[in-house]
Amino acid sequence: MNKPLRRIAIFCGLLVLALLIRDNYLQYLRADQLSSDKDNRRVTIERYANPRGDIIVDGNPITGSVESKSGDFRYKRTYKDGAMWAPVTGYSSQAFGANQLESIEDGILTGNDDRLFFRKTLDMITGKDQQGGNVVTTLNAAAQKAAYNGLKSQGGKGAVVALEPSTGKILALASYPSYDPSAFAGNTDKDSKAWNKILKKNDPSDPALNRALRETYPPGSTFKVVTAAAALENGLYKSADEKTDSPLPYIMKGTTTELKNEGNIPCKDADMREALRVSCNTVFGKIGADLGNEKMLDEAKKFGFDAEQFTPVRSSASVFSDDMNPSQTALSSIGQYNTAATPLQMAMVASAVANDGKLMKPYMVDELQSSNLDPVAKTDPEELSRPLSPQNAQILQSMMETVVKSGTGQKAQIGDGVVVGGKTGTAQHGVANSANPYAWFISYAKLSDNSSPVAVAVVVEDENANRDDISGGGLAAPIAKNVMEAVINSKK
Amino acid sequence: MSSTSNTPTHHTSTIGAIGAPSRRNTELALLVFAVVIPVFAYANVGLAIDGSVPAGLLGYGLGLGLLAGIAHLVVRKFAAYADPLLLPLATLLNGLGLVVIWRLDQSKLLQSLRGFSPAAPRQLLYTAFGIALFAAVLFFLKDHRVLQRYTYISMFGALILLILPLIPGLGANLYGAKIWIRIPGLGSLQPGEFAKIVLAVFFAGYLMVKRDALALASRRFMGLYLPRGRDLGPILVVWAISILILVFETDLGTSLLFFGMFVIMLYVATERTSWIVFGLLMSAVGAVGVASFEPHIQTRVRAWLDPMREYQLSRQVTHDGILHSDQLQQSLWAFGSGGTLGTGWGQGHSDLIKFAANSDFVLATFGEELGLAGIMAILLVYGLIVERGVRTALAARDPFGKLLAVGLSGAFALQVFVVAGGVMGLIPLTGMTMPFLASGGSSVLANWALIAILIRISDTARRPAPAPAANPDAEMTQVVRPS
Repeated sequence: MNKPLRRIAIFCGLLVLALLIRDNYLQYLRADQLSSDKDNRRVTIERYANPRGDIIVDGNPITGSVESKSGDFRYKRTYKDGAMWAPVTGYSSQAFGANQLESIEDGILTGNDDRLFFRKTLDMITGKDQQGGNVVTTLNAAAQKAAYNGLKSQGGKGAVVALEPSTGKILALASYPSYDPSAFAGNTDKDSKAWNKILKKNDPSDPALNRALRETYPPGSTFKVVTAAAALENGLYKSADEKTDSPLPYIMKGTTTELKNEGNIPCKDADMREALRVSCNTVFGKIGADLGNEKMLDEAKKFGFDAEQFTPVRSSASVFSDDMNPSQTALSSIGQYNTAATPLQMAMVASAVANDGKLMKPYMVDELQSSNLDPVAKTDPEELSRPLSPQNAQILQSMMETVVKSGTGQKAQIGDGVVVGGKTGTAQHGVANSANPYAWFISYAKLSDNSSPVAVAVVVEDENANRDDISGGGLAAPIAKNVMEAVINSKK
Repeated sequence: MSSTSNTPTHHTSTIGAIGAPSRRNTELALLVFAVVIPVFAYANVGLAIDGSVPAGLLGYGLGLGLLAGIAHLVVRKFAAYADPLLLPLATLLNGLGLVVIWRLDQSKLLQSLRGFSPAAPRQLLYTAFGIALFAAVLFFLKDHRVLQRYTYISMFGALILLILPLIPGLGANLYGAKIWIRIPGLGSLQPGEFAKIVLAVFFAGYLMVKRDALALASRRFMGLYLPRGRDLGPILVVWAISILILVFETDLGTSLLFFGMFVIMLYVATERTSWIVFGLLMSAVGAVGVASFEPHIQTRVRAWLDPMREYQLSRQVTHDGILHSDQLQQSLWAFGSGGTLGTGWGQGHSDLIKFAANSDFVLATFGEELGLAGIMAILLVYGLIVERGVRTALAARDPFGKLLAVGLSGAFALQVFVVAGGVMGLIPLTGMTMPFLASGGSSVLANWALIAILIRISDTARRPAPAPAANPDAEMTQVVRPS
């Protein structure tokens, strides 16, 4: 009987061996994959086990963490002025994940980033809880406040982007209506309700949409700045005061359709300065058609069209089409037809002009810090392209400054030795232009030392407003002015 | 038996040496570790969860120490030459099980579940009963060969135990498997755990008598000894019963356990490999056959093949009428998150398994909090118990003792394999519990009884001057095949 007994002993040993092998497979070979599986709740528990690092504006945190009383997620995100800052921070919710900066810089904020490895190991050895690092933004609290309150007080949907032309730093990034990410940072029914409320299907005004980066609008007349830049760069016209070859009425090439101006304005053979001042569709439409699709597209691309920007939060790509016939190119050159731009894109246009033709890559994260405020990474300003030569940029500046001084953009004047250059826009949209137009204003401010601290783009879409009231100069320019003033005042 | 006498060198092994020291002091020393380790673990859990040593530490330590002490004294008195490892190993597992059960009692998530009540005090009570049963077995069962008398009574007893859960009003269908009975005022009981022991007694008694007939009367065919048709009877009956368990109690684990135990004992009794081949074939045919029409088994197999899909289905509203469970995936995550060294006592999240976290899935908590290292250690402890059991079988001087010891050890090994393999996703899940570790009265009681019987057999085996068989039955059987 003992021979089979020994064999049974071996068999039992094999059973145990099989278990040991399986266990090694599970807990050694597959351990990383299982423990970091996104469905493994431990991943989320871990994420909320320690207070997150903060997102910082002007030296003050705009986020916080609070210990929650219930559930297995220990810390919950809080936001100061959440609705105002939502386009910057995004949200970090126990139940609904994270987006934008909260998501992109999650590694730093939770302290899991490899760049914090040393710190993390040190904390682990000394028995301290893991601490998240901070994300220092480029934003300007006063400008952001001016932008958000400006949008809020006019009541409709809209967005504002302000940039520092010399570096590309994003100073303001506002979208309205917005949402408070604090409302659904937790994991309760109340959070779910707040979350559902901001979904587009439940709120047609779509508060969750980051209009400053993710919505493209027909830029309307503000695009004429790009068209003027293309005319100067391609040598079609050498100066702002050279008479253009512009018939009135202007019948678009290859069609029998007349391209009309808004009202009875002096556009016949007007020079570009005058054409920009009164916003002549005929002049810039014809410039676009004369230059042709390809040259217009080249210039638009140099300004950043047809590409996504990573600030590091991604922005949608603005559109300037290729493969258009001359009449379509003419319409596109005055910011209609397929042309569409994000507010960020139009701020980049103004910023490139203000920075003597040099377009800087827009960014909003200045520095990443470890929990003890040591810098981990710093963003250096980076040149994206040169859409204009310095001479041509100065010509365009003087044209835009005329617009504010005596043209459609007078409401953006600041005075006090501050020179403002800008361009209004009133973009039509909807089927047969039936919907209310968008009011645009792009501008920059120049100080007495000729430096430009801020360029800004404002768009306001107000479906409830009286159609006649909407014009870039009336609705959007005052907001732009307040934002520019806020930036200038904060530098003093 | 013959091989034992032919190869005297084997007598140098721990068990079986004539005139060997009793090893009771070794047992006592090991027991100290078996008590101290869980006490440290208990303190660790408290420190991790509340930041303080749990208030019950002294009571718990004294309680476990007292129980272990009583068990040791009983062994010292009634089974002085017993194997010195079995009691400490079982005590260690039982103690660690208590710690983990208490640790899971502290989980807020589990506390928030419907029907929650602290399981640790209950388990401690069951442990006390288990030790009492252990002592009673050693006290009343002075010679394991007495059990031979009850061969056929055991058969009926086992059948009754197996049928109990099916009796309307008494049986309880919990979560798909009908292996519980509910006794008003006492809670639920798993008769299958006891049936395991009783059946082993029956098989041992039966096979001891029939082994020659089964082994010798056979035809040779393709290198295999084929049993005669009429000798196939018993295995067919056991097979049929296993299939019936599978069909009516929908419990793959119990079915596999009983059939496996029978095949092991049959093989040992007859020394015919052909029985193993037959057994494997029959269990394969039976399992596949039943799985083809039994939805509960199909669900288990599906969950085993793709636990992630099952997890996702469990989070949706499904209309297929099947209860989808995320348990297996949660268990795998627990193991994976433990990694090599684990999170440490009290710092894991195995409570995410929710239902049965402290019973069927108790190993997952060990996996997460003690890691690969801890699980390997625990598996080796189980392996050692089995090894000591098989060694006891090797050393036993009577065929009945050999068969009973190997049957019990084999069943124990199969149970560990089926449960651990189930929660680790090696084989489909079954509704059985990890011996000693899992929360559950029947399991603790039955396994302490099992250890007691093994200790009794090992004591008889190692005793310097084997007492002559007291009963005529044993004498007669020894005449059949003298050793």
